[in-house]
Amino acid sequence: MSANALKRIELEIPVAHDKELEAAKVAEQLAGEMQFASECVDEIKLALIEGIINAFEHSGSQIPKVHVEFVVHDGEIEVVVQDFGQGFDPSAKPSVRPLQKRGYGRLLIESLMDEVNYITGPQGTRLVMKKRLSRCA
Amino acid sequence: MSNEVFKVTSRQAGDAIVIAVQGYINNLAGEKILDEFNRWVVEGHRRFVLNLEKTQLVNSIGVSILIEMIEKAQELNGSIAFCCLLPIIAKTFKIMGLTQYARVYETEAEALAGE
Repeated sequence: MSANALKRIELEIPVAHDKELEAAKVAEQLAGEMQFASECVDEIKLALIEGIINAFEHSGSQIPKVHVEFVVHDGEIEVVVQDFGQGFDPSAKPSVRPLQKRGYGRLLIESLMDEVNYITGPQGTRLVMKKRLSRCA
Repeated sequence: MSNEVFKVTSRQAGDAIVIAVQGYINNLAGEKILDEFNRWVVEGHRRFVLNLEKTQLVNSIGVSILIEMIEKAQELNGSIAFCCLLPIIAKTFKIMGLTQYARVYETEAEALAGE
């Protein structure tokens, strides 16, 4: 655990229908304990759901699970979604056209969270999202 | 949250059809809403209000199905309005651009009066 981490929770989420909600429930509990405003709790939950769905659908992983990690810092929650797929080029931003039907997951994640980073390679992708309490209390 | 039962109901209110949705809107739930919408479309209805008062979250796949409904309504010269959205759902719709193509109202009564 990093020096300033107050709490860390790790989950294995199997690739199956609605399993993303199990992780969202943990996010709700942790963010609630940290006194995030309810609107921000919902933003964290939806960003996490989108991160997990993206991993389920696009990672190309042969391992039917994703690893989810919550790290509570002083004034900040870090949410990590790790898949075991082929990685992708994070500099290639998805284009969004009017009434486009798919491809909004990344846009939502980046709009809802304060900081988003992708650590990606042929062994998988680690999506690291942060939300700061100072902007959400 | 995962134990919530998804439910979609609908009724006629004047010349509009109100589709009320309860629970998490994902791909399967979105398809059920689309089926309900199509059922009324086949009967000749063109004006719809989606009441999401009892919906806590909509994921991007669910929204993509709502976009499909908006497109179909537009093709038929009809309309879809949304009402009673939680802030996270209103924000999701705004980010995804739905609010440019469908109106959003605070209450069902306003949605029924507004279109």
